[in-house]
Amino acid sequence: MMNGMDMTTKFTSLSDAIRQYVHDGDLVYASGFTHLIPFAAGHEIIRQGIKNLVLARATPDLLYDQMVAAGCARKVIFSYMGNPGVGSLRRVRAALESGELEWEEYSHFSMINRLQAGASGLPFMPMKQTGATDLESQNPNFKRVADPYTGEEVVVVPPLIPDVAIVHVQRADVNGNAHVWGILGEQRMAAFAAKKVILTVEEMVDEAVIRSDPNRTLIPGLVVDAVCHVPFCAHPSYTQGYHDRDNDFYLAWDEISKTDESVQAYLEEWVYGLPDRAAYWEKLGPEVHQRLHAGQRLSDPVNYGDY
Amino acid sequence: MAELDYNPKELMVVNAARLLRDYDVVFVGVGIPNLACNLARRTHAPNLQMIYEAGVIGAQPSRLPLSIGDPSLVTGSTSVCSMYDVFTLYLQRGNVDVGFLGGAQIDQFCNINATVIGDYQDPKVRLPGSGGSMEIAGWANRCYIITPHQKRRFPARVDFRTSIGFLEGGDARKKTGVRGGGPEAVVTNLGVMRPDENGELVLTAMHPGVTYEQVAENTGWLLKMVEDCTETEPPNADELRILREDLDPQRIYI
Repeated sequence: MMNGMDMTTKFTSLSDAIRQYVHDGDLVYASGFTHLIPFAAGHEIIRQGIKNLVLARATPDLLYDQMVAAGCARKVIFSYMGNPGVGSLRRVRAALESGELEWEEYSHFSMINRLQAGASGLPFMPMKQTGATDLESQNPNFKRVADPYTGEEVVVVPPLIPDVAIVHVQRADVNGNAHVWGILGEQRMAAFAAKKVILTVEEMVDEAVIRSDPNRTLIPGLVVDAVCHVPFCAHPSYTQGYHDRDNDFYLAWDEISKTDESVQAYLEEWVYGLPDRAAYWEKLGPEVHQRLHAGQRLSDPVNYGDY
Repeated sequence: MAELDYNPKELMVVNAARLLRDYDVVFVGVGIPNLACNLARRTHAPNLQMIYEAGVIGAQPSRLPLSIGDPSLVTGSTSVCSMYDVFTLYLQRGNVDVGFLGGAQIDQFCNINATVIGDYQDPKVRLPGSGGSMEIAGWANRCYIITPHQKRRFPARVDFRTSIGFLEGGDARKKTGVRGGGPEAVVTNLGVMRPDENGELVLTAMHPGVTYEQVAENTGWLLKMVEDCTETEPPNADELRILREDLDPQRIYI
């Protein structure tokens, strides 16, 4: 429901946004911890044949499995590489085991802490040490320094500053002021840390809707470079309140990803063979749409006061 | 009382649930730990607080969550925060009593490997990696591990220490200065192992019908057994009913 949409330069198609902001060799952070994973954007990157990317995500998920299989990546940065709730992330794993793909590895918190440093404009972020030093000794980005106040050792990690972050949100106005709810993962920090931000939006709303609930605006338009209206962008992950997670697909991917041939066939049918997310959603068909229906549980409104 | 039929997974869930105390704040993952927490909440620990790594606090999912970030965890929870917040305000600050851990390998001193089999730079088998377990193992007040009892899962030494147990034993863990107390129990389908005063895992309980030889055969070091090694109480009818009818009716994890 949009009234008087301004045609600002930010509001654009996903394919144009990817063309403008994602380039060969970039460090890309497609955010979302199991929730709001911008699959449509990853598929567009695959379609545009962008190569040599450094793909960063705490949880690479099926999206990076597909992008790695499609030959988009030279390196992954991650903290948990699995098919969540199912098992192994087969294509990324195979590429790591065969030495075809570089990697840089963290624990969840050290990964998130790097984004926090990037998002805060800090040279590093400290964390308590965890006593487990094997990963620290393999990744030179982990350093130990003395706490200047107590002399105790803390672990520090440097900022992660993606060339481009891609963030999916429930609703936003054309300027990119975005309401997000449900699992928040690292959405906000990825947006603030990155040099450029592509926002994919489930539902475009009038600025007045955003202003009716400013506490829910986790990403302000001032850090957003492109705003793209992409309903169902997150499938097979989900968008809280709009559609459910497609657990059946996560299970199916475990089979599909067993061989490179079946992955290439999948990409042919569902990525290269389709123009955009609208076509993808239509191809999924009414049974899937019905199965992923979110139902309704509304929050109680709050009174901001009429001042 | 008539003998009840139960499978090894139900046995592990029930025994893990019994380790939880009322009012515990638990950092929980999906699958077996999630079932154990919900079973505890429905039996002896009604005030258990569940925190999910994805940033959900006080979840009361209406269906069985199939991933760590299932939307059903959010709806009806008491709070949702960012991952940065959950790892700092809750875990690093010391607001988490119990962490559940898992991994491909657990060694004699309860160190965990979830990263790699073989050489790190030239992996034979590349595993998923730490996720949050490096921090949970270090910072939660106490930790529990639930895993099937197989020799390959219990080597004398892990190939890679993803998360800290008691390192080489003795006061090695304490010397690092990590805030958490470390693992307190490993629950398997054969029994329960706990660290002794030296941090070495020893057999403290066996499930009904299990022999020491059976456990020792499936452990990669010379497993000690405590003198007062007990037999675990079998799952009771109430626990099995809650598990089968309410928590996992489609038998996805059990």
